[in-house]
Amino acid sequence: MLKTRIIPTLLFKNVGLVKGKEFDSGRRVGAALQSIRVYNLREVDELVFLDIAATPSGARPDFREIDELADNCFMPMTVGGGVKSLDDIRDLLAVGADKVAINSAAVETPELVRAGANEFGSQCIVVSIDVRHGADGKAEVFTHCGTRSTGRDAVSWAKRVEELGAGEILLTSIERDGMMAGYDVELVRDVAAAVNVPVIASGGCGNYGHMASVLANTRASALAAASIFHFTEQTPREAKRHLAGLGHRVRLAT
Amino acid sequence: MSAVVTAGLTVVVDYGLCNVDSMVRALEECGAREVERTRDPRLVARADRIVLPGVGTFAAAMRNLREWHLLDVIREASARGNVPFLGACLGMQLMATRGTEGGASGETEGIGLVSGDVVRLEPTELNERLPHIGWNEVDARVDSALFAGLSAGSDFYFVHSYHLRLSQTADEAARTPYCGGFTAAIEARDKPVFGTQFHPEKSQRNGFALIRNFLAV
Repeated sequence: MLKTRIIPTLLFKNVGLVKGKEFDSGRRVGAALQSIRVYNLREVDELVFLDIAATPSGARPDFREIDELADNCFMPMTVGGGVKSLDDIRDLLAVGADKVAINSAAVETPELVRAGANEFGSQCIVVSIDVRHGADGKAEVFTHCGTRSTGRDAVSWAKRVEELGAGEILLTSIERDGMMAGYDVELVRDVAAAVNVPVIASGGCGNYGHMASVLANTRASALAAASIFHFTEQTPREAKRHLAGLGHRVRLAT
Repeated sequence: MSAVVTAGLTVVVDYGLCNVDSMVRALEECGAREVERTRDPRLVARADRIVLPGVGTFAAAMRNLREWHLLDVIREASARGNVPFLGACLGMQLMATRGTEGGASGETEGIGLVSGDVVRLEPTELNERLPHIGWNEVDARVDSALFAGLSAGSDFYFVHSYHLRLSQTADEAARTPYCGGFTAAIEARDKPVFGTQFHPEKSQRNGFALIRNFLAV
């Protein structure tokens, strides 16, 4: 049986890792390489690494940095941030990304998702979708690190990127991000019910109970989390023990 | 990390669609002394071991192997019967007679190290999503050299939508129960030809145990 993955998210900005609230990324939380080495030892299921400075500054991904990190990463790694072209995807895969996450560019150039899937296979094309609720309660997709509204509804955009060839969806709630008060279970439920590709729930995890709540109420395939691992004593391994105790299928260290 | 050192030249074939550094690193961690990433057919021709990793589409990969004159040297090395071969993920699929992913006409000829074709997985149960991404259990046949010492149902990391459907189940080393069950690993009966649909280089201690077994062949 396929296991639910617990995925630490590393947000990279300029020279180090950061973590904030609601996409405000002020707080420094250490060096990327050091974190990856710790997660190697802990044998985590997978990592998500997002360069959140790239798109706002118009830069390409920092291939040299990612090359060094990937060389030291003995787990699957999804890399995103600043991905705008087939060359960006090719170069990220070339330096060691297992999957490439596309966010703003997927909205601006949906054909990039299709072309990426055709050339490299759907299995390595992740579309990252950041969602904030409007005053009317509508779940709306935002790009550029949550700063630009798109007018698109989260569920219909998820279905669209699946049609284009996305192999996975990284679904992040902007208003839950960093608050550690729980995932947006309703959003995850709606998106995961609408598509047949795996959905990674992201944004809001503060304790193992929040993870369990997503698994009990949605069809998410994986749970991403950052603050819980940066700011508390809770670990991916203990999270999985907790979830296994509730009857969920996770990979326990042997 | 490993006490056992494996001599001889191990080449990791780089056909330009994906990173091969993690496979190189994993082989080195597992004790392979001389590991080269290469797209030079002359180097592949004199290898003691050939590893074909892989991400990408079947048609694009075969196009590059052919254009870069790697296809024939891989076939010739395998035909000699004394050069162990390991294909991982797309690398295993390329071992088949033919594939159906990404080809303009729908079908692409494969390397042909084992008899079979590569087709899409088809969900048989609710919530079997595609691509098949993540850690799943692998059940190996008891006499498998590749899985020696690994417990039944060990977890490995998968990321794929297609699978290799063997014509001869005798070549199958392991299965994984997803989409009705598929071939998770190949171990030919009559030659040192191996393949894994999962990524051993990303499967941590289970993956490294398998790579060490391959190096010991």
